[in-house]
Amino acid sequence: MFWLLVRRDLALALRRPAALALPVVFFVLAAALFPFAVGPDAKLLLAIAPGVLWVAALLAALLPVETLVAPDVADGTLDQLVTRGLALETFAAARLVAHWLSFALPLLVALPVAGVLLGTPALAPLALGLLIGTPALAALALLAACLTAGLRGGGALAGLIVLPLALPVLIFGVGVGQPGGLQLLGAATLVIVAVTPFAAAAALRSGME
Amino acid sequence: MRRESGYAATMNTAPALIVEKLACARGGRLLFEGLGLRVERGGAVQIEGRNGAGKSSLLRLLAGLLRPAGGRIDNPFRIGWAGHELALKPNMRLRDELTHWARLDGRDAAAVDAALAAFDLLPLAELPVGVLSSGQKHRAVLARAHASGAELWLLDEPGVGLDAASLERLAAAMRAHRAAGGLVIAATHGDIGLDAPQKLVLDQLVLA
Amino acid sequence: MHRFANPARFLRIARVLTLPLTLLGLGLTAAGLWIGLFDSPPDYQQGESVRIMYVHVPAAWLGSGGYLGLAVASAVALVWRHPLAEIAARAIAPVGAAFTAICLISGALWGKPTWGTYWVWDARLTSMLVLLFLYLGYLALSSAEAERGGGKAASILAIVGVINLPIIKYSVEWWNTLHQGSSIRLSGAGASSSIAREVLLPVLLSVAGFSLLFGAIVLMRMRAALAQQAVAARSRRIAAAYT
Repeated sequence: MFWLLVRRDLALALRRPAALALPVVFFVLAAALFPFAVGPDAKLLLAIAPGVLWVAALLAALLPVETLVAPDVADGTLDQLVTRGLALETFAAARLVAHWLSFALPLLVALPVAGVLLGTPALAPLALGLLIGTPALAALALLAACLTAGLRGGGALAGLIVLPLALPVLIFGVGVGQPGGLQLLGAATLVIVAVTPFAAAAALRSGME
Repeated sequence: MRRESGYAATMNTAPALIVEKLACARGGRLLFEGLGLRVERGGAVQIEGRNGAGKSSLLRLLAGLLRPAGGRIDNPFRIGWAGHELALKPNMRLRDELTHWARLDGRDAAAVDAALAAFDLLPLAELPVGVLSSGQKHRAVLARAHASGAELWLLDEPGVGLDAASLERLAAAMRAHRAAGGLVIAATHGDIGLDAPQKLVLDQLVLA
Repeated sequence: MHRFANPARFLRIARVLTLPLTLLGLGLTAAGLWIGLFDSPPDYQQGESVRIMYVHVPAAWLGSGGYLGLAVASAVALVWRHPLAEIAARAIAPVGAAFTAICLISGALWGKPTWGTYWVWDARLTSMLVLLFLYLGYLALSSAEAERGGGKAASILAIVGVINLPIIKYSVEWWNTLHQGSSIRLSGAGASSSIAREVLLPVLLSVAGFSLLFGAIVLMRMRAALAQQAVAARSRRIAAAYT
């Protein structure tokens, strides 16, 4: 059941390649904005590159938040799943996996492009950090999507909700090079990913009442 | 999901949907309370009542989509839900969409074909759902319940938007379903061709 | 103008034109690249890497020329409500974006041996990057609109983009002079007056060849889009005829 749902989500995402590309393009564009704002000084860019890329990744994860669960609530897909005895936690976990696969993997592919623009020579630690940290970003975006599903202006609201919650991921993610940084990031991700399906399901359940 | 089937088994060997002292409140308003119901295999219930009396809410309670304000529901059956919402993606083909749901129900392509045939949707099976008329979409929703293989069909206004021929098909499908041991509970304004259903009129249940 | 408004007439002409355009385009491109790669001298400063120019220059020209075409087609779609113009705009956009991307990628590959880095925030490179983002924005909007059944928003965006382009270019140049210290002066492809004849011929050949291929691809995409429209209309007719 779980993998059927994941496969369904991915199949639907692949049918809309433009929507799939959006977060990635946004990621690169947001990263490319910084040289314009702070100047193209290579030393300066090198220093801020990890932070810039992490912020860009966080914003990219939030981008599809309005289409993440709200359409499924509105068109009755959720009702159909619940009447089949499916736990909303399972639904949330499957959606989390699908969202991570469809936003984080393309993002990692686009990372070298953003890295070249910012003149970052060593991308490997950054890529490792993003690989470990993006599940948490996907989870937080999903949680925000479930909390705001069916509300007017849910997208802006979601940003407000997620940004403070994402702070630890950002801090540990940028600090991956420091001793213990990678472990802290992994631990933060594990906690967030483990809690999210339950919190998201509770949010969905309260929305259905 | 409420599936405390053990209780029903001790009372009676035949499995049945049993509702006791059910109460429903929506938006702070009590819609009904003290509602009791017992439906066995082959049975049917027609829920009637004016708009806002709580027909849809009762169906959602039975489907496990709402929590009751009081009382209990004991449902040993699997549910085929046909509400007002389509839950089919508009840019996907009708057959592919129904197949997706059938796969979740553990059913094969033959079940989908049978359901499409039962509601005369076979000629439209390869079209994207988005181009179908509202009546055709409604039949697709009914076909999903048909293909699910679930014993208990919960139908919300199943006759809306259907022409005479489609109503005839719906009646035939419900007849066949009940003959095979299935149950039908439908909320409806008018007659939808259920043979000798229990009638449940919600207006009379409201306590002032 | 409205002589081509009828899709049937357009399709007749397009069907005849597609194959010769493709073949001629392939021929010229092959000739240009052959001469460029094997029969032209290496640059006395840059050596063999200068040959990337024979892909880079046509891609740059088609990337920016394509955006102009996109804007013109969008304007025609908006002002005269010409049904084919919108299809043309949608057909041009991804091809133009692809050539812009090829220009950027080939430029980066060229830059590595020449400047020692894949990317510098030079005014011309930066403008090209912004152009790619304009393309991607148009593509995203038009595909979102197509899902809803069409609309004029993407056309408006394309025109706003082309009006904004000089401002963007000027601002980028101003920004670039602000940080003059870190920028690297370009040579070679930019200094057109000093291009030798042996180099000019293959450049012109490949520019012409790539342009014809661009036209052929746009025609094919337009035909595919019209075919898709016909399928969608047919589906709706079937659903409507069948109760």
